[in-house]
Amino acid sequence: MDIRMMLATARRVLSQLRHDHRSIALILVVPALLLTAVYFLYENETLRPGVPRTFDRVGLMMLAIFPFVVMFLVTSITMLRERTTGTLERLLTTPVHKADLLFGYGLAFSLMAALQSLVATAVAYWIFGLDIAGAPGYVVLIAVINAVLGVALGLFCSAFARTEFQAVQFMPVVVVPQILLCGLFVARERMNDVLEAISNVLPLTYSVDALQEVAAHAEATDRLWQDAATMAAIALGVLVLAALTLRRRTS
Amino acid sequence: MSHSSAAPSRPAHHGAAAVVATALTVRLGRLPVLHGLDFAIPAGRITGLLGPSGSGKTTLMRTIVGTQRIAGGTVEVLGLAAGSAALRREVGYVTQSPSVYPDLTVEANVRYFGAMHKKGKADVAEAIAAVGLEPLARRRAAGLSGGQVNRVSLACALVAHPRLLVLDEPTVGLDPVLRADLWDRFRAMAEAGTTLLVSSHVMEEASRCETLLLLREGRLLAQLTPAELGRRGHSSNLEQAFLAVIREQEDGDGGTPPDRTIGGIRPAGLEQRRSVR
Repeated sequence: MDIRMMLATARRVLSQLRHDHRSIALILVVPALLLTAVYFLYENETLRPGVPRTFDRVGLMMLAIFPFVVMFLVTSITMLRERTTGTLERLLTTPVHKADLLFGYGLAFSLMAALQSLVATAVAYWIFGLDIAGAPGYVVLIAVINAVLGVALGLFCSAFARTEFQAVQFMPVVVVPQILLCGLFVARERMNDVLEAISNVLPLTYSVDALQEVAAHAEATDRLWQDAATMAAIALGVLVLAALTLRRRTS
Repeated sequence: MSHSSAAPSRPAHHGAAAVVATALTVRLGRLPVLHGLDFAIPAGRITGLLGPSGSGKTTLMRTIVGTQRIAGGTVEVLGLAAGSAALRREVGYVTQSPSVYPDLTVEANVRYFGAMHKKGKADVAEAIAAVGLEPLARRRAAGLSGGQVNRVSLACALVAHPRLLVLDEPTVGLDPVLRADLWDRFRAMAEAGTTLLVSSHVMEEASRCETLLLLREGRLLAQLTPAELGRRGHSSNLEQAFLAVIREQEDGDGGTPPDRTIGGIRPAGLEQRRSVR
């Protein structure tokens, strides 16, 4: 690995994005707008005393889900373009290490995800008064790890798509099941055994669990760190799988 | 085209070979594309790879660059097996359709590919100047014409100062002035010691090369100098000469057999070549 090649790759990916003002606006603004929608959706709910608002539960989880979904899409399309335009083949004829490319991608999109999550978290806290026990820094941390996970899965899945149209179709396959089973709609304890077992191996589950820890405890708990470590390990594993899909030679 | 610009006829096999292929066979999937090629590309020269579209030029170039797996035989590049990790520093490859980032500026493209070879600002500026794109250095590639994007792609290879430069149809879409400029640049690079392999299906460009590999339907028709091609094809027009060589192969017993010829050309395709004229 060569840190300079990795940084050059991250810089290149970011400057590609920099020229695309509309995408930047979509990445930064849309999560905040959707949070606003969620807030007003539960605006008139009647709460028994002591019960937290639904927004504090659902809005919080959405803060983790946005970067995952957005970075999955952005990465898989960007990488697919790199494959179809021949720039990837060209790069692989240079001395660059595959890890430099993949971590460069990961770094660039994690930075974008961090910005996105700062905007969304700020809106959730300051405008809609998100009320949880833990510090907002942990929310952002989990959101960024989720973004890396999305990047890793996007890099991996792009290998199985030949067109951008196909790449987008991976979203219902890879992303939607994770959203359904992560504990957002139904608490995982109340799922049947099969669904619960599946949800146990899906990475997004751990981020929802981690955020529930943040919501319930003022200080970081062991379980929060365990969840974060599990997510990071899965992200790294998927990045290694993605590296295996980068072939210097075709037959 | 006239041949006033013909390359000085240095002997084709003088000095060391940069690329040596022995019984090279390549298949794309199950389809055989290259059939047992034997040839040597001389170091520090411009070698032209000529042949009709679909004759296997790109596959041969990808094999030399190391992105295409070999089914049989060997290819040695600068003394190492094609595709060796050490060659990634030495071999530059410019694909037929320009592989650059359209959403980056000319400079950012060249800088990025330069960074992969640990090259800095001076090399980037030099490569952009070499293809005559200084005035457009800060423009995004997406806004450039097809010929300009081709030159960006070339600059992205030049920035690494490769010892072997493999160029797949680099002059397609360029006007005659730019084409002449680029060939002058290639000549200068070869004189400085770079080995160039340039594919083309425009026979007039053959005269710019010092050696020619004539490829047809995945077989090597001949390896010779432009002058030899003219003599063998009995025409100073290299396109006519190339066609004559093809016919000579098809007739089987035509005149003096060339030393580096692999026979067995099917008679099909001749009509097609005629209609191309």
